[in-house]
Amino acid sequence: MSVQQAAQAQPQRSKAELIEKWSRPEVITGSEMLLRSLVLEGVDTVFGYPGGAVLYIYDAMYGFSDFHHLLTRHEQGAIHAADGYARSTGKVGVCIATSGPGATNTVTGIATAYMDSSPLVVITGNVAQSAIGTDAFQEADIVGITMPITKHSYLVRNAEDLPRIIREAFHIANTGRKGPVLIDIPKDVSAQKGLFKPVREVRLRGYNPTIVPNKLQIDKLLSAIEKAERPVVLAGGGVIYSGAHEELYEFITRTEIPITTTLLGLGGFPSGHELHLGMPGMHGTYAANKALQNADLIINFGARFDDRVTMRLDGFAPHAKVAHADIDPAEIGKNVPTDIPIVGDVKLVLQALLPELKRNPKVDAWRKQIKEWKETHPLTYKDSDIELKPQWVVSMIHETTKGDAIVTSDVGQHQMWAAQFYKFTRPRSWISSGGLGTMGFGLPSAIGAQMGNPDRLVVSINGDGGIQMCAQELAVCAIHNIPVKVAIINNQVLGMVRQWQEIIYDERYSHIDLAGSPDFVKLADAYGVKGFRATSKQEARRAWEAALAHPGPAVVEFVVPKGENVYPMVTQGSTIDEMILGDEK
Amino acid sequence: MNRKCTLAILVNDQPGVLQRVAGLFGRRGFNIASITVGASEEPGLSRMVIETEGDKRTLEQIQKQLNKLIDVIKVVEVSAQPMVSRELGLIKVTAEPSIRPEIFGLVDTFRASVVDVSPNTLIIQVVGTSDKIDAMIELLKPYGIRELTRTGVTAMVRG
Repeated sequence: MSVQQAAQAQPQRSKAELIEKWSRPEVITGSEMLLRSLVLEGVDTVFGYPGGAVLYIYDAMYGFSDFHHLLTRHEQGAIHAADGYARSTGKVGVCIATSGPGATNTVTGIATAYMDSSPLVVITGNVAQSAIGTDAFQEADIVGITMPITKHSYLVRNAEDLPRIIREAFHIANTGRKGPVLIDIPKDVSAQKGLFKPVREVRLRGYNPTIVPNKLQIDKLLSAIEKAERPVVLAGGGVIYSGAHEELYEFITRTEIPITTTLLGLGGFPSGHELHLGMPGMHGTYAANKALQNADLIINFGARFDDRVTMRLDGFAPHAKVAHADIDPAEIGKNVPTDIPIVGDVKLVLQALLPELKRNPKVDAWRKQIKEWKETHPLTYKDSDIELKPQWVVSMIHETTKGDAIVTSDVGQHQMWAAQFYKFTRPRSWISSGGLGTMGFGLPSAIGAQMGNPDRLVVSINGDGGIQMCAQELAVCAIHNIPVKVAIINNQVLGMVRQWQEIIYDERYSHIDLAGSPDFVKLADAYGVKGFRATSKQEARRAWEAALAHPGPAVVEFVVPKGENVYPMVTQGSTIDEMILGDEK
Repeated sequence: MNRKCTLAILVNDQPGVLQRVAGLFGRRGFNIASITVGASEEPGLSRMVIETEGDKRTLEQIQKQLNKLIDVIKVVEVSAQPMVSRELGLIKVTAEPSIRPEIFGLVDTFRASVVDVSPNTLIIQVVGTSDKIDAMIELLKPYGIRELTRTGVTAMVRG
C-alpha cells in the first residue's frame, strides 16, 4: 500500500467511531489492550519489527486495520522513522521492538529523541516475568539500559495496568519538555487476559510542568527589553515544539529585534527575513555570532545554550544580560548564568509579552551594525563550473523545492550546509539530529516524516557515510512507494572528520576514506528505487528535477570534491566571534 | 565554593526508583556522600535522604534534575532550615576483658550502647550526628576496629 493509499484508507472510520468501538470494557489480552489503547490515543502509524517476545502483540495485529504498521528493516530504522514522524507532525511517534537485540537496537534512536526532546512511545517486548533476571534467551534489561535516556519508563507487570500506563506514557511524552517514554511488556503480560477499561484521566503527583509564566518575570523581561540598546533573540527547538512560530514572528516584526535560530530552531522564524541572522555557534553565521557576543540583552526562547552554540562558555556573550524562557527549569542557568529566568511554555511566554511590545528607536544603531555584519559577511563558498560544490547542491535543492519541503538530514558536513543554505520558512520542516548527532538518522526519519505528511514533499539530505548506516530502509520506501527524495552528497570521505583532521590535527587524515562504498545508483536500483548520479551542475539539476518529477522514491547521488570545508568554523576552546571564515566567492 | 547539603526526596515506592535517583547523580557527576531510603508517612511513598556536596549551581541543578523524575514527588533541602539529622553506626572493636571497663566509659560518655559481647570483641552502637559518630570512631581506633558500618544520615526539618 502506498502512503497516499494508506492516507486514503484511513478515514474509513471516524475518530469518534473508533473511540466508540474500542472504549467498551471487555475481557481481552494485554496485546489487544495495547492496540486498543494506541487507537484511543489517536495513533495512525506504528513503526516496528517483530520478534519472539512481541509475538502475541503481532498476533493481535494480524488483520488489525485501525492503524498502519510499517515494517522497517532494522529497529534503528523504526525508531528514527517514529522520530521523524513525531518531529514533523507534533504527534507522538510510536515504535515497537522485540526483547534483547530488538530493544537494544532502539537505544541510539531513544537517545537521539531524548537529546532533541522528541515525543516517542517506545514499546519493547521482554521475556516472561518468570524468566526475567535469569539471562534468558534475548533478555536485556532495557528499562535499566535506557533509564538515562528516557523521560520515563515502565515495566508492565499486569495486563490490566496497560490502559493507564499507555495513557500516562503519551501524556508524559508530549507535554512539558517532550521526550521518549519506554514501555517494556513481558511476554506473559501481552498474553494475559484481563478486563480492559479505557483510562482518560492522568493522575501523576510527581509530574506537573509549569506552563504559565510568572507575571513578575514577564515584567522584568519587558523592562529589560525597553532598556536594551543591543538586544538579540536566540530561538531554539522550544519555539517549534510549542507551536510558537506565529507569536515569535509577531514579536520580532513588532520589536524589530534581530533573531538567530539554533539548529533545532530553524523554521521557527522564516530564513531570509531581514531580521533573521541564521544559525549561531560553531558553524553559525558571522552576523549571528557577532550579535550574540556584542549584545547587551540575549532573549532566549526555548534554546538550551548547547555547547555547539556557546562554544567557550566563559567568553560567551560577555556584555549581555541573559533572559531565558524554557519549559524545563533545569535548562535555565545550567550552562549560562541567567538574569531573568522564565519557566513556561514559550508560546504562552510570547503571548504574555506581545501586548506590551513596541519598536524601540534606541536599537537603531545596533540594527544598522547587524545589517552591516550581514552584508559584509554573508555565507559564502567558492563556486566552480567544473566541480559540483555541495553548498551549490543544497541551494539548488532549496530553489527547486521553493523552500517548502520537509528536509531531513544525517549528521556531518552536509547537515551544516543544509542548515546554512536551505532557507526554511515553516516550522516542523527541518528534521535533524542536533543534540546526539546520530549518523543514520536521515533516511528513516524522512520515511517517518512522509508517513505523517503524505501530501508534502520530503527530501532527505545525506552524506555518503551516514546513508550507509541505515540504507536498508530503501526497501521500505520501495515496497510502500514512499516517495522520499534522497540526496546523497558523496565526497568519498567522512567529511566533517576530515575537516577537523585538516584544521586541528595537522592534516593527519586517519581512517576517513570511504572507498568501497557501493554504486549508489545500483544500490537504489537493487531495492527497486529510482537512482540518478550527477557530477556536474547541469547533470545535478537534470537528475534532481527528474527525481522530483518521479512519482515514487528516488535517490540522487551528487559527486562532490573531497576537500570542501564548512565555514564559518569556531574551533573548540574559542569564543564564537573567533571564527575561521571561508573562501570568498 | 562547595558546601554540604542534605536533601529529603519523597518518591513513589516503585521498583527501580532508587536506580533512577542514584543513576541521575552518577551520570551527571553529582556526588552522593550518603543515601538512606525507607517508608514515609504515606503508604506507597518512600523518603530518601541524600547527603551531597557542590557549588551553588550544582546544588540547584541537583534539585532541578531530581524534580524532573516522574517518580519524584517532592524535593526538600532539609539543610536549608533548622534540622535534626541522625545516623547510626555499629563498631566492632577488639576488647579483651581487661580493657572493657575503659571502653564502657567511652560508650557511656557518648550515650552509645554495647549491643553484643563476645570473648574478645564488643559491638558498639552509636546514634547521633555524623560528627558524633566520627568522634566515637576516632576514640575507639586505638583499641582496634575490626569492622565498621554506618547507615548514612536521615534527617528532618525541626518544628
